[in-house]
Amino acid sequence: MGDRSPPTSSSAFAVWRRLVGARIRADWQYRMSFFLFLVGQALIASLDIAVIAAIFANVDSLGGWSGYEVALLFGLGGVSFGMADLLISQVETASKHIKAGTFDLFLLRPVPTLLQLSASEFALRRLGRIIQPLIVLAVALFTAPVHWSVETTLLIPTTIVAGTVIFGAIWVITSSIVFWTVDSQEVASAFTYGGNVATEYPLDVLGIWMRRIATFVVPLAFVAYLPAARMLNRHDPLGLPSAAAWAAPVVAVTAWLAAHAVWGFAIRHYRSTGS
Amino acid sequence: MRLYFEVARKTFARIATYRQATLAGVFTNTVFGFVLAYVLLAVYQERETVGGFDATDAVTFTFVGQGLLMVVGIFGSTDIAERIRTGDVVVDLQRPYDQQAWWAAVSYGNAAYYAIFRGIPPFVIGAIVFDLRTPSPPNFAAFVVSVWLALAVCFAWTYMLQLSAFWLMDFRGPYQIGIFVAQFFSGALIPIVFFPSWLETTTRALPFPSMMQLPIEVWLGRYHDAALLGVFAQQVLWACFLIVAGRFIMSRAVGRIVVQGG
Repeated sequence: MGDRSPPTSSSAFAVWRRLVGARIRADWQYRMSFFLFLVGQALIASLDIAVIAAIFANVDSLGGWSGYEVALLFGLGGVSFGMADLLISQVETASKHIKAGTFDLFLLRPVPTLLQLSASEFALRRLGRIIQPLIVLAVALFTAPVHWSVETTLLIPTTIVAGTVIFGAIWVITSSIVFWTVDSQEVASAFTYGGNVATEYPLDVLGIWMRRIATFVVPLAFVAYLPAARMLNRHDPLGLPSAAAWAAPVVAVTAWLAAHAVWGFAIRHYRSTGS
Repeated sequence: MRLYFEVARKTFARIATYRQATLAGVFTNTVFGFVLAYVLLAVYQERETVGGFDATDAVTFTFVGQGLLMVVGIFGSTDIAERIRTGDVVVDLQRPYDQQAWWAAVSYGNAAYYAIFRGIPPFVIGAIVFDLRTPSPPNFAAFVVSVWLALAVCFAWTYMLQLSAFWLMDFRGPYQIGIFVAQFFSGALIPIVFFPSWLETTTRALPFPSMMQLPIEVWLGRYHDAALLGVFAQQVLWACFLIVAGRFIMSRAVGRIVVQGG
Protein backbone atom coordinates (compact mmCIF):
# COMPACT_ATOMS: atom_id res chain seq x y z
CA MET A 1 0.00 0.00 0.00
CA GLY A 2 3.00 2.25 -0.47
CA ASP A 3 1.31 5.02 -2.45
CA ARG A 4 0.87 8.38 -0.84
CA SER A 5 -2.17 9.64 -2.68
CA PRO A 6 -5.40 9.94 -0.66
CA PRO A 7 -7.24 6.61 -0.63
CA THR A 8 -10.06 6.05 -3.04
CA SER A 9 -13.12 4.15 -1.90
CA SER A 10 -11.91 0.97 -3.59
CA SER A 11 -8.55 1.08 -1.85
CA ALA A 12 -10.32 1.82 1.45
CA PHE A 13 -12.36 -1.31 0.89
CA ALA A 14 -9.20 -3.26 0.19
CA VAL A 15 -7.82 -2.05 3.53
CA TRP A 16 -11.03 -3.10 5.23
CA ARG A 17 -10.82 -6.54 3.67
CA ARG A 18 -7.25 -7.06 4.82
CA LEU A 19 -8.00 -5.88 8.37
CA VAL A 20 -11.07 -8.07 8.63
CA GLY A 21 -9.10 -11.01 7.24
CA ALA A 22 -6.51 -10.48 9.96
CA ARG A 23 -9.22 -10.37 12.63
CA ILE A 24 -10.72 -13.61 11.39
CA ARG A 25 -7.33 -15.34 11.38
CA ALA A 26 -6.68 -14.06 14.90
CA ASP A 27 -10.03 -15.36 16.21
CA TRP A 28 -9.46 -18.66 14.45
CA GLN A 29 -6.39 -19.28 16.63
CA TYR A 30 -8.75 -19.86 19.57
CA ARG A 31 -11.11 -22.29 17.90
CA MET A 32 -12.74 -23.61 21.05
CA SER A 33 -13.73 -20.20 22.37
CA PHE A 34 -14.75 -19.17 18.84
CA PHE A 35 -17.23 -22.02 18.65
CA LEU A 36 -18.49 -21.55 22.19
CA PHE A 37 -19.10 -17.90 21.44
CA LEU A 38 -20.79 -18.74 18.15
CA VAL A 39 -23.09 -21.14 19.99
CA GLY A 40 -23.75 -18.45 22.60
CA GLN A 41 -24.76 -15.97 19.91
CA ALA A 42 -26.99 -18.53 18.21
CA LEU A 43 -28.61 -19.21 21.56
CA ILE A 44 -29.40 -15.53 22.10
CA ALA A 45 -31.24 -15.46 18.79
CA SER A 46 -33.03 -18.70 19.71
CA LEU A 47 -34.36 -17.14 22.90
CA ASP A 48 -36.00 -14.42 20.82
CA ILE A 49 -37.92 -17.01 18.82
CA ALA A 50 -38.65 -18.89 22.06
CA VAL A 51 -40.41 -15.78 23.36
CA ILE A 52 -42.54 -15.70 20.23
CA ALA A 53 -43.23 -19.42 20.56
CA ALA A 54 -44.34 -18.83 24.17
CA ILE A 55 -46.76 -16.16 22.97
CA PHE A 56 -48.20 -18.40 20.26
CA ALA A 57 -48.59 -21.19 22.81
CA ASN A 58 -51.42 -19.00 24.12
CA VAL A 59 -52.95 -17.46 21.01
CA ASP A 60 -53.44 -18.41 17.35
CA SER A 61 -52.84 -14.93 16.00
CA LEU A 62 -51.31 -11.67 17.10
CA GLY A 63 -52.79 -8.48 15.69
CA GLY A 64 -54.37 -10.65 12.97
CA TRP A 65 -51.05 -12.29 12.00
CA SER A 66 -50.60 -16.06 12.33
CA GLY A 67 -47.52 -17.63 13.91
CA TYR A 68 -45.99 -18.43 10.50
CA GLU A 69 -46.59 -14.90 9.30
CA VAL A 70 -44.92 -13.50 12.42
CA ALA A 71 -42.07 -15.94 11.76
CA LEU A 72 -41.65 -14.29 8.35
CA LEU A 73 -41.31 -10.92 10.09
CA PHE A 74 -38.88 -12.41 12.58
CA GLY A 75 -36.80 -13.99 9.82
CA LEU A 76 -36.58 -10.87 7.64
CA GLY A 77 -35.85 -8.55 10.59
CA GLY A 78 -33.50 -11.01 12.28
CA VAL A 79 -31.32 -11.64 9.21
CA SER A 80 -30.98 -7.91 8.52
CA PHE A 81 -30.24 -7.19 12.16
CA GLY A 82 -27.68 -10.00 12.28
CA MET A 83 -25.92 -8.68 9.15
CA ALA A 84 -25.81 -5.16 10.59
CA ASP A 85 -24.59 -6.62 13.88
CA LEU A 86 -21.77 -8.37 12.02
CA LEU A 87 -20.76 -5.46 9.80
CA ILE A 88 -21.44 -2.21 11.62
CA SER A 89 -22.42 -2.76 15.30
CA GLN A 90 -18.74 -2.15 16.06
CA VAL A 91 -19.54 1.58 16.21
CA GLU A 92 -20.76 0.75 19.71
CA THR A 93 -17.12 0.60 20.77
CA ALA A 94 -16.60 4.28 19.91
CA SER A 95 -17.47 5.15 23.51
CA LYS A 96 -14.78 2.80 24.80
CA HIS A 97 -12.19 4.25 22.42
CA ILE A 98 -13.11 7.84 23.29
CA LYS A 99 -12.74 7.13 27.01
CA ALA A 100 -9.43 5.32 26.55
CA GLY A 101 -8.11 8.04 24.26
CA THR A 102 -7.50 5.50 21.49
CA PHE A 103 -10.02 7.13 19.16
CA ASP A 104 -7.26 9.58 18.19
CA LEU A 105 -5.49 6.73 16.41
CA PHE A 106 -8.41 6.26 14.04
CA LEU A 107 -8.35 9.92 13.11
CA LEU A 108 -4.64 9.83 12.30
CA ARG A 109 -4.96 7.13 9.65
CA PRO A 110 -5.99 7.98 6.08
CA VAL A 111 -8.94 5.56 6.06
CA PRO A 112 -12.55 6.50 6.92
CA THR A 113 -13.09 6.14 10.68
CA LEU A 114 -16.25 4.04 10.35
CA LEU A 115 -14.42 1.58 8.16
CA GLN A 116 -11.56 1.34 10.66
CA LEU A 117 -13.86 0.84 13.64
CA SER A 118 -15.85 -1.79 11.80
CA ALA A 119 -12.68 -3.64 10.76
CA SER A 120 -10.70 -3.38 13.99
CA GLU A 121 -13.52 -4.72 16.15
CA PHE A 122 -14.84 -7.22 13.59
CA ALA A 123 -15.87 -10.56 15.08
CA LEU A 124 -16.90 -13.43 12.82
CA ARG A 125 -18.58 -15.19 15.77
CA ARG A 126 -21.47 -12.74 15.35
CA LEU A 127 -22.47 -14.93 12.41
CA GLY A 128 -24.16 -16.99 15.13
CA ARG A 129 -26.78 -14.25 15.28
CA ILE A 130 -27.74 -14.82 11.64
CA ILE A 131 -27.93 -18.62 11.44
CA GLN A 132 -31.07 -18.95 13.49
CA PRO A 133 -33.19 -16.19 11.83
CA LEU A 134 -32.12 -17.63 8.46
CA ILE A 135 -33.61 -20.99 9.43
CA VAL A 136 -36.78 -19.30 10.68
CA LEU A 137 -37.00 -17.30 7.45
CA ALA A 138 -36.64 -20.44 5.33
CA VAL A 139 -39.33 -22.24 7.33
CA ALA A 140 -41.63 -19.21 7.20
CA LEU A 141 -41.28 -18.91 3.42
CA PHE A 142 -42.58 -22.46 3.08
CA THR A 143 -45.31 -22.29 5.70
CA ALA A 144 -46.69 -18.74 5.53
CA PRO A 145 -49.26 -18.01 2.79
CA VAL A 146 -46.79 -16.09 0.62
CA HIS A 147 -48.11 -14.98 -2.76
CA TRP A 148 -45.25 -16.12 -4.94
CA SER A 149 -44.36 -14.18 -8.05
CA VAL A 150 -41.21 -12.83 -9.63
CA GLU A 151 -41.81 -9.63 -7.72
CA THR A 152 -42.14 -11.20 -4.25
CA THR A 153 -39.09 -13.35 -4.96
CA LEU A 154 -37.06 -10.26 -5.78
CA LEU A 155 -38.47 -8.50 -2.75
CA ILE A 156 -36.76 -10.92 -0.33
CA PRO A 157 -33.08 -10.19 -1.13
CA THR A 158 -33.88 -6.52 -1.71
CA THR A 159 -35.49 -6.27 1.70
CA ILE A 160 -32.61 -8.01 3.45
CA VAL A 161 -30.00 -5.73 1.90
CA ALA A 162 -32.08 -2.62 2.55
CA GLY A 163 -32.86 -3.78 6.09
CA THR A 164 -29.17 -4.33 6.81
CA VAL A 165 -28.39 -0.81 5.64
CA ILE A 166 -31.29 0.66 7.66
CA PHE A 167 -30.20 -1.11 10.86
CA GLY A 168 -26.61 -0.06 10.12
CA ALA A 169 -27.68 3.57 9.74
CA ILE A 170 -29.63 3.38 13.01
CA TRP A 171 -26.54 1.96 14.70
CA VAL A 172 -24.30 4.74 13.42
CA ILE A 173 -26.70 7.61 14.08
CA THR A 174 -27.67 6.57 17.60
CA SER A 175 -24.09 5.69 18.54
CA SER A 176 -22.93 9.16 17.47
CA ILE A 177 -24.47 10.48 20.69
CA VAL A 178 -21.38 9.33 22.60
CA PHE A 179 -19.36 12.14 21.01
CA TRP A 180 -21.43 14.54 23.13
CA THR A 181 -22.20 12.45 26.20
CA VAL A 182 -19.69 9.64 26.33
CA ASP A 183 -21.66 7.39 28.71
CA SER A 184 -24.91 7.35 26.76
CA GLN A 185 -24.25 4.33 24.55
CA GLU A 186 -27.28 2.58 26.03
CA VAL A 187 -29.60 5.07 24.32
CA ALA A 188 -28.53 3.45 21.06
CA SER A 189 -29.63 0.04 22.38
CA ALA A 190 -33.21 1.26 22.58
CA PHE A 191 -33.17 1.81 18.82
CA THR A 192 -30.93 -1.07 17.71
CA TYR A 193 -31.81 -4.01 19.97
CA GLY A 194 -35.19 -2.46 20.78
CA GLY A 195 -35.71 -1.88 17.07
CA ASN A 196 -34.92 -5.51 16.37
CA VAL A 197 -37.54 -6.66 18.89
CA ALA A 198 -40.07 -4.24 17.38
CA THR A 199 -39.54 -5.65 13.86
CA GLU A 200 -40.29 -9.17 15.11
CA TYR A 201 -43.95 -8.30 15.61
CA PRO A 202 -46.58 -6.86 13.29
CA LEU A 203 -46.44 -3.10 13.79
CA ASP A 204 -50.24 -3.08 14.11
CA VAL A 205 -49.84 -4.17 17.73
CA LEU A 206 -47.74 -1.16 18.74
CA GLY A 207 -49.55 1.95 19.91
CA ILE A 208 -50.39 4.52 17.26
CA TRP A 209 -47.55 6.95 18.03
CA MET A 210 -44.94 4.20 18.30
CA ARG A 211 -46.15 2.94 14.94
CA ARG A 212 -45.69 6.38 13.41
CA ILE A 213 -42.21 6.67 14.88
CA ALA A 214 -41.32 3.22 13.51
CA THR A 215 -42.46 4.22 10.03
CA PHE A 216 -41.45 7.83 9.57
CA VAL A 217 -38.72 8.58 12.14
CA VAL A 218 -36.82 5.32 12.68
CA PRO A 219 -37.78 3.50 9.47
CA LEU A 220 -38.17 0.04 11.01
CA ALA A 221 -41.40 -0.62 9.10
CA PHE A 222 -39.36 -1.01 5.90
CA VAL A 223 -37.13 -3.71 7.42
CA ALA A 224 -39.77 -6.41 7.67
CA TYR A 225 -43.34 -5.25 8.19
CA LEU A 226 -44.16 -3.53 4.89
CA PRO A 227 -42.34 -6.06 2.67
CA ALA A 228 -43.91 -8.99 4.56
CA ALA A 229 -47.36 -7.40 4.26
CA ARG A 230 -46.88 -7.15 0.50
CA MET A 231 -45.60 -10.73 0.22
CA LEU A 232 -48.64 -11.94 2.17
CA ASN A 233 -50.96 -9.76 0.12
CA ARG A 234 -52.24 -7.88 3.14
CA HIS A 235 -53.84 -4.65 2.15
CA ASP A 236 -53.45 -1.19 3.50
CA PRO A 237 -50.96 -1.77 6.31
CA LEU A 238 -50.50 1.44 8.31
CA GLY A 239 -52.60 3.22 5.66
CA LEU A 240 -49.65 3.22 3.24
CA PRO A 241 -49.96 1.89 -0.32
CA SER A 242 -48.68 -1.68 -0.53
CA ALA A 243 -46.02 -0.54 -3.03
CA ALA A 244 -44.35 1.21 -0.08
CA ALA A 245 -42.57 -2.12 0.44
CA TRP A 246 -40.46 -1.24 -2.60
CA ALA A 247 -39.48 2.09 -1.04
CA ALA A 248 -37.12 0.21 1.30
CA PRO A 249 -34.02 0.68 -0.90
CA VAL A 250 -34.71 4.42 -1.21
CA VAL A 251 -35.27 4.67 2.54
CA ALA A 252 -32.08 2.70 3.12
CA VAL A 253 -29.96 4.94 0.92
CA THR A 254 -31.45 8.06 2.52
CA ALA A 255 -30.86 6.66 6.01
CA TRP A 256 -27.28 5.78 5.16
CA LEU A 257 -26.57 9.25 3.76
CA ALA A 258 -28.04 10.71 6.94
CA ALA A 259 -25.89 8.37 9.03
CA HIS A 260 -22.81 9.41 7.10
CA ALA A 261 -23.61 13.08 7.66
CA VAL A 262 -24.33 12.63 11.38
CA TRP A 263 -21.16 10.62 11.89
CA GLY A 264 -19.10 13.24 10.04
CA PHE A 265 -20.66 15.98 12.15
CA ALA A 266 -19.98 13.98 15.34
CA ILE A 267 -16.33 13.43 14.37
CA ARG A 268 -15.85 17.16 13.82
CA HIS A 269 -17.30 17.67 17.28
CA TYR A 270 -14.83 15.22 18.83
CA ARG A 271 -12.50 16.36 21.57
CA SER A 272 -9.93 13.95 22.85
CA THR A 273 -9.94 13.02 26.54
CA GLY A 274 -8.02 15.40 28.68
CA SER A 275 -8.36 18.31 26.28
CA MET B 1 -19.70 -6.79 58.44
CA ARG B 2 -18.79 -3.14 58.75
CA LEU B 3 -16.27 -3.56 55.91
CA TYR B 4 -18.87 -4.99 53.54
CA PHE B 5 -21.33 -2.25 54.42
CA GLU B 6 -18.68 0.34 53.55
CA VAL B 7 -17.94 -1.45 50.25
CA ALA B 8 -21.63 -1.29 49.36
CA ARG B 9 -21.84 2.37 50.37
CA LYS B 10 -18.78 3.33 48.29
CA THR B 11 -20.10 1.38 45.30
CA PHE B 12 -23.34 3.31 45.54
CA ALA B 13 -21.41 6.60 45.64
CA ARG B 14 -19.24 5.59 42.70
CA ILE B 15 -22.08 4.56 40.45
CA ALA B 16 -24.08 7.67 41.36
CA THR B 17 -21.52 9.74 39.45
CA TYR B 18 -22.49 8.17 36.12
CA ARG B 19 -25.61 10.23 35.53
CA GLN B 20 -25.56 10.09 31.72
CA ALA B 21 -25.45 6.32 31.80
CA THR B 22 -28.38 6.25 34.21
CA LEU B 23 -30.45 8.51 32.01
CA ALA B 24 -29.59 6.48 28.92
CA GLY B 25 -30.49 3.26 30.72
CA VAL B 26 -33.84 4.59 31.89
CA PHE B 27 -34.65 5.63 28.33
CA THR B 28 -33.81 2.18 26.98
CA ASN B 29 -35.69 0.28 29.71
CA THR B 30 -38.74 2.46 29.07
CA VAL B 31 -38.69 1.91 25.30
CA PHE B 32 -38.37 -1.86 25.79
CA GLY B 33 -41.16 -1.67 28.35
CA PHE B 34 -43.47 -0.03 25.84
CA VAL B 35 -42.69 -2.47 23.01
CA LEU B 36 -43.18 -5.53 25.25
CA ALA B 37 -46.31 -4.08 26.86
CA TYR B 38 -47.94 -3.52 23.47
CA VAL B 39 -47.03 -7.02 22.33
CA LEU B 40 -48.53 -8.55 25.47
CA LEU B 41 -51.64 -6.38 25.13
CA ALA B 42 -52.10 -7.80 21.63
CA VAL B 43 -52.21 -11.25 23.24
CA TYR B 44 -55.01 -10.02 25.52
CA GLN B 45 -56.98 -8.91 22.47
CA GLU B 46 -57.40 -12.63 21.84
CA ARG B 47 -58.08 -13.87 25.37
CA GLU B 48 -58.94 -12.64 28.87
CA THR B 49 -56.23 -14.23 30.99
CA VAL B 50 -52.98 -16.11 30.51
CA GLY B 51 -51.85 -18.39 33.33
CA GLY B 52 -53.85 -16.35 35.83
CA PHE B 53 -52.47 -12.99 34.59
CA ASP B 54 -54.93 -10.46 33.23
CA ALA B 55 -53.82 -7.65 30.90
CA THR B 56 -53.10 -5.24 33.78
CA ASP B 57 -50.98 -7.88 35.53
CA ALA B 58 -48.98 -8.49 32.36
CA VAL B 59 -48.31 -4.82 31.62
CA THR B 60 -47.44 -4.14 35.28
CA PHE B 61 -45.11 -7.15 35.13
CA THR B 62 -43.35 -5.64 32.12
CA PHE B 63 -42.63 -2.28 33.73
CA VAL B 64 -41.70 -3.62 37.18
CA GLY B 65 -39.52 -6.13 35.33
CA GLN B 66 -37.74 -3.45 33.28
CA GLY B 67 -36.99 -1.63 36.52
CA LEU B 68 -35.66 -4.79 38.17
CA LEU B 69 -33.27 -5.88 35.40
CA MET B 70 -30.39 -3.79 36.71
CA VAL B 71 -31.33 -4.13 40.39
CA VAL B 72 -30.95 -7.90 40.45
CA GLY B 73 -28.22 -7.70 37.81
CA ILE B 74 -29.76 -10.17 35.38
CA PHE B 75 -27.31 -9.07 32.64
CA GLY B 76 -24.45 -10.09 34.92
CA SER B 77 -21.07 -8.43 35.10
CA THR B 78 -17.66 -9.68 34.07
CA ASP B 79 -15.60 -7.74 36.63
CA ILE B 80 -14.57 -10.85 38.55
CA ALA B 81 -13.89 -12.94 35.45
CA GLU B 82 -11.73 -10.15 34.02
CA ARG B 83 -9.67 -10.07 37.22
CA ILE B 84 -9.25 -13.82 36.98
CA ARG B 85 -8.24 -13.60 33.32
CA THR B 86 -5.65 -10.90 33.91
CA GLY B 87 -4.35 -12.53 37.09
CA ASP B 88 -5.33 -9.58 39.29
CA VAL B 89 -7.35 -12.04 41.33
CA VAL B 90 -4.11 -13.06 43.03
CA VAL B 91 -3.95 -9.64 44.66
CA ASP B 92 -7.59 -9.98 45.77
CA LEU B 93 -6.91 -13.37 47.32
CA GLN B 94 -4.09 -11.95 49.44
CA ARG B 95 -6.40 -9.47 51.10
CA PRO B 96 -8.03 -10.26 54.43
CA TYR B 97 -11.67 -10.42 53.38
CA ASP B 98 -14.01 -12.95 51.88
CA GLN B 99 -14.02 -12.82 48.07
CA GLN B 100 -17.64 -13.75 47.59
CA ALA B 101 -18.89 -11.43 50.32
CA TRP B 102 -16.89 -8.54 48.89
CA TRP B 103 -18.43 -8.92 45.44
CA ALA B 104 -21.86 -9.46 46.95
CA ALA B 105 -21.45 -6.15 48.79
CA VAL B 106 -20.58 -4.50 45.45
CA SER B 107 -23.76 -5.95 43.94
CA TYR B 108 -25.91 -4.71 46.83
CA GLY B 109 -24.35 -1.25 46.58
CA ASN B 110 -25.17 -1.12 42.87
CA ALA B 111 -28.64 -2.51 43.47
CA ALA B 112 -29.53 0.18 46.00
CA TYR B 113 -28.69 2.86 43.47
CA TYR B 114 -30.42 1.09 40.57
CA ALA B 115 -33.54 0.49 42.66
CA ILE B 116 -34.06 4.21 43.05
CA PHE B 117 -32.76 5.63 39.79
CA ARG B 118 -33.38 2.83 37.29
CA GLY B 119 -36.28 1.06 39.02
CA ILE B 120 -38.74 3.85 39.64
CA PRO B 121 -38.61 5.99 36.43
CA PRO B 122 -39.68 3.31 33.88
CA PHE B 123 -42.59 2.35 36.12
CA VAL B 124 -43.71 5.97 36.58
CA ILE B 125 -43.50 6.68 32.83
CA GLY B 126 -45.33 3.43 32.08
CA ALA B 127 -48.03 4.36 34.58
CA ILE B 128 -48.71 7.61 32.68
CA VAL B 129 -49.73 5.67 29.57
CA PHE B 130 -50.98 2.35 30.95
CA ASP B 131 -53.14 1.26 33.83
CA LEU B 132 -50.62 -0.33 36.22
CA ARG B 133 -51.12 -2.16 39.49
CA THR B 134 -49.52 -0.71 42.63
CA PRO B 135 -49.10 -2.94 45.68
CA SER B 136 -50.60 -2.39 49.13
CA PRO B 137 -48.01 -1.29 51.76
CA PRO B 138 -47.59 -4.81 53.21
CA ASN B 139 -47.26 -6.23 49.69
CA PHE B 140 -44.68 -3.61 48.88
CA ALA B 141 -42.68 -4.52 52.00
CA ALA B 142 -42.84 -8.17 50.97
CA PHE B 143 -41.71 -7.16 47.48
CA VAL B 144 -38.65 -5.38 48.88
CA VAL B 145 -37.70 -8.48 50.87
CA SER B 146 -38.21 -10.66 47.82
CA VAL B 147 -36.06 -8.40 45.61
CA TRP B 148 -33.34 -8.45 48.29
CA LEU B 149 -33.35 -12.25 48.13
CA ALA B 150 -33.64 -12.27 44.32
CA LEU B 151 -30.40 -10.30 44.15
CA ALA B 152 -28.68 -12.90 46.34
CA VAL B 153 -29.78 -15.71 44.01
CA CYS B 154 -28.84 -13.80 40.86
CA PHE B 155 -25.49 -12.70 42.30
CA ALA B 156 -24.61 -16.23 43.39
CA TRP B 157 -25.43 -17.53 39.90
CA THR B 158 -23.36 -14.95 38.01
CA TYR B 159 -20.50 -15.30 40.53
CA MET B 160 -20.39 -19.02 39.84
CA LEU B 161 -20.48 -18.47 36.07
CA GLN B 162 -17.56 -16.07 36.25
CA LEU B 163 -15.42 -18.56 38.15
CA SER B 164 -15.30 -20.60 34.95
CA ALA B 165 -12.56 -18.15 33.93
CA PHE B 166 -10.21 -20.14 36.20
CA TRP B 167 -10.52 -23.11 33.86
CA LEU B 168 -11.17 -21.55 30.47
CA MET B 169 -8.93 -19.30 28.40
CA ASP B 170 -12.00 -17.47 27.21
CA PHE B 171 -14.90 -17.54 29.65
CA ARG B 172 -17.25 -15.42 27.54
CA GLY B 173 -19.02 -18.15 25.57
CA PRO B 174 -20.19 -20.31 28.50
CA TYR B 175 -20.78 -17.20 30.59
CA GLN B 176 -23.03 -15.72 27.94
CA ILE B 177 -25.03 -18.94 27.68
CA GLY B 178 -25.50 -19.01 31.47
CA ILE B 179 -26.69 -15.41 31.48
CA PHE B 180 -29.20 -15.95 28.70
CA VAL B 181 -30.60 -19.10 30.22
CA ALA B 182 -31.16 -17.11 33.41
CA GLN B 183 -32.85 -14.29 31.51
CA PHE B 184 -35.28 -16.54 29.71
CA PHE B 185 -36.25 -18.73 32.66
CA SER B 186 -36.37 -15.87 35.18
CA GLY B 187 -39.20 -14.15 33.31
CA ALA B 188 -37.00 -11.21 32.28
CA LEU B 189 -38.05 -11.54 28.63
CA ILE B 190 -41.62 -12.74 29.06
CA PRO B 191 -43.56 -13.76 32.20
CA ILE B 192 -43.11 -17.49 32.68
CA VAL B 193 -46.88 -17.91 33.04
CA PHE B 194 -46.91 -17.55 29.23
CA PHE B 195 -44.94 -20.80 28.92
CA PRO B 196 -46.83 -24.02 28.17
CA SER B 197 -47.81 -25.50 31.54
CA TRP B 198 -45.26 -28.37 31.46
CA LEU B 199 -42.48 -25.86 30.82
CA GLU B 200 -43.75 -23.49 33.48
CA THR B 201 -43.83 -26.30 36.05
CA THR B 202 -40.29 -27.36 35.14
CA THR B 203 -39.09 -23.75 35.22
CA ARG B 204 -40.57 -23.18 38.66
CA ALA B 205 -38.42 -26.03 39.98
CA LEU B 206 -35.29 -24.14 38.86
CA PRO B 207 -33.50 -21.28 40.66
CA PHE B 208 -34.26 -18.74 37.89
CA PRO B 209 -37.83 -17.65 38.77
CA SER B 210 -36.43 -16.59 42.16
CA MET B 211 -34.46 -13.89 40.33
CA MET B 212 -37.40 -11.96 38.84
CA GLN B 213 -40.67 -13.83 38.35
CA LEU B 214 -41.31 -14.41 42.07
CA PRO B 215 -40.60 -10.85 43.28
CA ILE B 216 -42.86 -9.42 40.58
CA GLU B 217 -45.61 -11.89 41.47
CA VAL B 218 -45.24 -10.68 45.04
CA TRP B 219 -45.69 -7.11 43.77
CA LEU B 220 -48.86 -8.23 41.99
CA GLY B 221 -50.16 -9.55 45.31
CA ARG B 222 -50.38 -13.17 44.28
CA TYR B 223 -48.98 -14.53 47.54
CA HIS B 224 -50.23 -14.12 51.09
CA ASP B 225 -49.35 -15.56 54.51
CA ALA B 226 -48.02 -19.11 54.18
CA ALA B 227 -47.65 -18.90 50.39
CA LEU B 228 -45.58 -15.74 50.79
CA LEU B 229 -43.35 -17.41 53.35
CA GLY B 230 -43.03 -20.28 50.89
CA VAL B 231 -41.74 -17.85 48.23
CA PHE B 232 -39.19 -16.42 50.66
CA ALA B 233 -38.13 -19.91 51.73
CA GLN B 234 -37.66 -20.96 48.11
CA GLN B 235 -35.51 -17.90 47.40
CA VAL B 236 -33.45 -18.40 50.58
CA LEU B 237 -32.85 -22.04 49.73
CA TRP B 238 -31.69 -21.29 46.19
CA ALA B 239 -29.50 -18.45 47.43
CA CYS B 240 -27.85 -20.69 50.04
CA PHE B 241 -27.40 -23.54 47.58
CA LEU B 242 -25.79 -21.36 44.90
CA ILE B 243 -23.65 -19.47 47.42
CA VAL B 244 -22.29 -22.71 48.85
CA ALA B 245 -21.72 -24.07 45.34
CA GLY B 246 -19.83 -20.89 44.46
CA ARG B 247 -17.66 -21.21 47.58
CA PHE B 248 -16.91 -24.83 46.74
CA ILE B 249 -15.88 -23.98 43.18
CA MET B 250 -13.76 -21.09 44.48
CA SER B 251 -11.94 -23.36 46.93
CA ARG B 252 -11.20 -25.78 44.10
CA ALA B 253 -10.02 -22.93 41.90
CA VAL B 254 -7.67 -21.49 44.51
CA GLY B 255 -5.89 -24.83 44.62
CA ARG B 256 -5.15 -24.49 40.90
CA ILE B 257 -3.67 -21.04 40.93
CA VAL B 258 -0.06 -20.80 39.94
CA VAL B 259 1.36 -17.35 40.50
CA GLN B 260 3.77 -16.58 37.75
CA GLY B 261 7.29 -16.68 39.09
CA GLY B 262 6.08 -18.34 42.28
